[in-house]
Amino acid sequence: MKVKVLNIVETAYRATLEEQDDPVIWLCRSIQGAGAGVDVLLVGNAVNYLARDQDASGLSFGGERQTQPPRLAADLEQLMAAGGAVFAAREDAAERGLARERCIEGVEWLDRADVAPLLDRYDRIWYW
Amino acid sequence: MTAKTTLTFLLMDGPFENARSTTAMRLIDAAVRRGHDVNVFAYEGAVSLAFAKQTAHANALHGRNAEEENHPLPRKWIAALMAKAAEQGTQLRWVNCGLCVDERGVNEAIPGTSRGGPADFWKMTLASDNTLVIPTK
Repeated sequence: MKVKVLNIVETAYRATLEEQDDPVIWLCRSIQGAGAGVDVLLVGNAVNYLARDQDASGLSFGGERQTQPPRLAADLEQLMAAGGAVFAAREDAAERGLARERCIEGVEWLDRADVAPLLDRYDRIWYW
Repeated sequence: MTAKTTLTFLLMDGPFENARSTTAMRLIDAAVRRGHDVNVFAYEGAVSLAFAKQTAHANALHGRNAEEENHPLPRKWIAALMAKAAEQGTQLRWVNCGLCVDERGVNEAIPGTSRGGPADFWKMTLASDNTLVIPTK
């Protein structure tokens, strides 16, 4: 039976420009490919990863230009396409003024009170 | 016209860990573009920013080969900043803490950087209009 892991992601935009993705989401997608059952719960500032209209292009130092800026919302869509669920904390999005209409489709929005019961559905909980 | 000033930065974070390194580079870039002289003292993990053996890689999850991925490398950012400073007629002096380098085994730094110690940071501070330390959190 597939081991299920819930990744609670709170630290956001940690090295996304240098890595051109979020390393935690990248790891999740990578181990999906190795057979892991991986879901993600975005809390705190990480809820903004859901915003479709993020644009991190234009970074340059001297003559060195970044050509592949991170596409965080698209990476989460890929994770969902591979069978992973993405949950997000409704209150955290509201506090930050992140409207649902700005976010990618397919996200399961949770109240904080719904988080504890969610944890019972997983074999491992990894907090990032 | 803004008077030419000298700014000193102390960086402490290693590459590929958080946004502070990128933000520091952006501040240095802005200072150089405005024609200011800049000193950088790379302390602790930040000595790896100029490590010459950083290597770009492909990214299968992104569906791109190494060339398409064009993975950012801080050593290339530093080299680009140095080239920009030369073009601007300003000075970008980058000093790596030697003991921090030894601890991490990152002795091969890119050309144009040098090895020093805390006394160099203090001398930079005394010779600067201001100093910004960007510590690890």
